[in-house]
Amino acid sequence: MAVAEQGTAVPVDRRTRARQMHGVLLVVLLAACITSLATGASGTSLWAALWAQVQGQQISLTEAVVLWEIRAPRTALAVCVGAALAVSGAVMQGLFRNPLADPGLLGVSAGAGLGALVAIVIGGALPLGLAAALGDALLPVMAFVGAWVSMTILYAIATRSGRTSVATMLLAGIALGALTGAVSGLLVFHADDLQLRELTFWSLGSLSGSSWEKVLIAGPLILVATWVTTTLAHGLNGLALGEASAHHIGIPVQRTKNIAILAVSAATGAAVAVSGGIGFVGIVVPHLLRLATGPDHHGLLINSALLGASMLLLADIVARFVVAPAELPIGIVTAVLGAPFFLWILLRRRTGVDL
Amino acid sequence: MISARILTLRYGRRAVLEGLDFVAKPGALTAIVGPNGSGKTTLLKALTGEVPCEGDVSVEGLDIATTPAWQLAGTRAVLPQSTPMAFPFQAIEVVRLGLGRSVSNDTSLPHQALERVGLGGYEARFYQELSGGEQQRVQLARVLCQVWTPVLEGTPRWLLLDEPVSSLDIGHQLQVMEIARDYADAGGGVIAVMHDLNLSAMFADEVALMKDGTIVVQGSPDEVLSDDNLSFAYGCTVRTRSAPVDKGWFFLPQGSSAPRL
Repeated sequence: MAVAEQGTAVPVDRRTRARQMHGVLLVVLLAACITSLATGASGTSLWAALWAQVQGQQISLTEAVVLWEIRAPRTALAVCVGAALAVSGAVMQGLFRNPLADPGLLGVSAGAGLGALVAIVIGGALPLGLAAALGDALLPVMAFVGAWVSMTILYAIATRSGRTSVATMLLAGIALGALTGAVSGLLVFHADDLQLRELTFWSLGSLSGSSWEKVLIAGPLILVATWVTTTLAHGLNGLALGEASAHHIGIPVQRTKNIAILAVSAATGAAVAVSGGIGFVGIVVPHLLRLATGPDHHGLLINSALLGASMLLLADIVARFVVAPAELPIGIVTAVLGAPFFLWILLRRRTGVDL
Repeated sequence: MISARILTLRYGRRAVLEGLDFVAKPGALTAIVGPNGSGKTTLLKALTGEVPCEGDVSVEGLDIATTPAWQLAGTRAVLPQSTPMAFPFQAIEVVRLGLGRSVSNDTSLPHQALERVGLGGYEARFYQELSGGEQQRVQLARVLCQVWTPVLEGTPRWLLLDEPVSSLDIGHQLQVMEIARDYADAGGGVIAVMHDLNLSAMFADEVALMKDGTIVVQGSPDEVLSDDNLSFAYGCTVRTRSAPVDKGWFFLPQGSSAPRL
């Protein structure tokens, strides 16, 4: 009986639900932003400060610094990085036709990390006076290059005649991660004391060093990359049929792949450059959204950006709250929440319904 | 018209297609038959531009090597042997992929296409939960959606089908062949790679018999599907008899020529 009812049920249009989700997630993100601005180790109250502003009173310098120079850029950076990681994950999964693809898992973040290391340790020795020409942008640019090289190699290895083998993809990702790790180790070995200090701060993988400069470096890159990916929605949907069928329904496959690889590299590179490696956001967020509104990339990409930003903000609030006044590296929080979720996805795959 | 001239395709040193000429006319159903490994699917892939090969292939005057994907997509649609999909798409979402970017998403065409392949009411079913045959029919609906009108602004459009009935039961085999037949009767072109000689004889206007990367003989089913031709191509004795009812033939394989161990 239940089967018969299922067969004749009025089809639910998940596209409508995905569009409605934009609004819901935007409200969630705003709430998370306000919570992030309102909480912190110093006990400074956002509401008291705002109330003071409304009444035309001056707030103390300490309060102003805490709110606008510490919490505000940190909140903005968490939003940028969370959106970047989640969108990168969603696009990579579409590109590899596999829900387990993720920049952190497949060595793309490691590639970006290697690029950043190169910038810190031997940046001055790069040809063409790159270091001087790029200035502060050298680190994010090198992180982008590192991510792009990793992505390109990974795709070339994992995809044969238009189809991606999961086993090859994961193995290639692991090998690539190990290789970049080894080269990174070599660079660390050669670094001097000053560089090591810089390295350690950078590789802590947290948002604790947030500043408006970092937001200005990463923000625009991530915004542009996210916007570009939304133009890929139709192409990524078509790629779900395989590259040959995507071509047959009129999708410029090679161009779609190239743009997707560039966009993921830019977003991941920017995120890694300002926050080190933060894992699992790219897997968890798109997967949750696919469960709710289906795999159509038209709604999925924007929703991923919104939910990724909210999730990372919440993880950051937890990281600041749990051991206050000290704070946990945010990577630990996302791993503690994300890794079991990842295992749950793997277990679910056995139940017949594929991801 | 779809035409291929002096097609040659090599995997390494082995030639899969060798100096092959092929023409299919709109308004007709052309079946490509032949033994395993004779190059049927490869020929179809060459006609769609999926595998690059030497020689010229054109679809309604468009050179497939230089025509952009979107323009080809408006002229011909391709059904692969099977299409595994990565994410939990619903049947209707898969069919909608055939619409392309330009068509309004609110059209009822995907629903009509599902009805056409006998899967009305399956809209919200998950593609991965369907049987192999149902998945194949969902893909056929997607392909139909892509080139729904057989003739658009005076230009015939094409269905290229790779073993469209191989995973279907006999009832649905007939249903799918009838869809292809109707498409050809309405002025569109259909090329189908077929294993089933009986269905080929029943539905095709033209049959191309392949062996070892070349077309041995192409013509009407009466001419091509003879005892001698089939025995030569398939390497086994085949007896052709007229069917007990209605027009047509049936084919009875009788003993292979392969050595027994």
